[in-house]
Amino acid sequence: MFKWLDPYAKPETLYRICGLWFPWLMTLAVLTLLLSTVWGLGFTPADYQQGDSYRIIHIHVPAAIWSMGAYSSMAIAAFIALVWQIKVAQWAVGAIAPIGAVYTLIALLTGMAWGKPMWGTWWVWDARLTSELILLFLYLGVIALSGAFADRQLGAKASALLAVVGVVNLPIIHFSVEWWNTLHQGATITKFAKPSIDPSMLWPLLLGILGFALLLAALTCLRLRTAILLNEQHRPWVRALAQQSVHKGSVPQTNAGRGV
Amino acid sequence: MPEFYFESLSAFWQMGGYALFVWLSFGSTYGLLAALWWFSQRSQSRILQDLAKKQQREHRVRAQQQLEEENNEPKT
Repeated sequence: MFKWLDPYAKPETLYRICGLWFPWLMTLAVLTLLLSTVWGLGFTPADYQQGDSYRIIHIHVPAAIWSMGAYSSMAIAAFIALVWQIKVAQWAVGAIAPIGAVYTLIALLTGMAWGKPMWGTWWVWDARLTSELILLFLYLGVIALSGAFADRQLGAKASALLAVVGVVNLPIIHFSVEWWNTLHQGATITKFAKPSIDPSMLWPLLLGILGFALLLAALTCLRLRTAILLNEQHRPWVRALAQQSVHKGSVPQTNAGRGV
Repeated sequence: MPEFYFESLSAFWQMGGYALFVWLSFGSTYGLLAALWWFSQRSQSRILQDLAKKQQREHRVRAQQQLEEENNEPKT
């Protein structure tokens, strides 16, 4: 059933595919984020209650959504690595973790900068904020554990295990605004109801969500390539690539589109 | 086509009095994202050269060992 996936688990093939995809994903991500930011900052009306401070939504919500999206993908990769012992899945965990950590940090920082003028405080120990902070600690734990053992395999396994166990935090973050009486507002866009946001403000927000998703994919490709080279450094195909890089004088800037 | 919301560019920078919070948010976001990209890109563009250097070093060490073994042989 999953036979068609086999070639993607081969490091050399995956390295090549990521190299092909990265420039396209990165270009699209930058364009989408630029459009979303310009549109959201200058071309939408101000909120009737929050004035211009609401414009922070165009980065806060996408970063928060994909801080959880990145965690889900990382946890799925970790699960695959633990159950089926697929090496590239293991390396994907390490590639995604720092991106997710940065997204979580962005969600927290922009949330603080939005909370100060609207709530009158930078921080409250509200269920949503606290569970998102725990998400940041989970990411940091995954990153720290993978480097904490002299035996790299053992560290990788421990960090994958933490990533899988940490999934329990995702529903807590998601439903925190419903389960508890939080200062944080409820969801603006849900799958089941009409969004409680005006269409003129919705479009730049959706573009922002798309942009953060594309950036997550692009950076994962980039970081996974580095991880593949590092872990496969004794294989002939990597040794050959390294030799080529010397003969060419320098490494091609991004290796973009060269298919190597 | 949406129109520019603000009356002037200075009004745009002032963000209706929320300049600090809005620009702090957007600034820190793009600062962090740019840093993440820069570090990831740097390690990717350096790794092949680093591996090549490592290979050359291994090669030199092996050649040196061989040379020493050859020099030692006649004496024993």
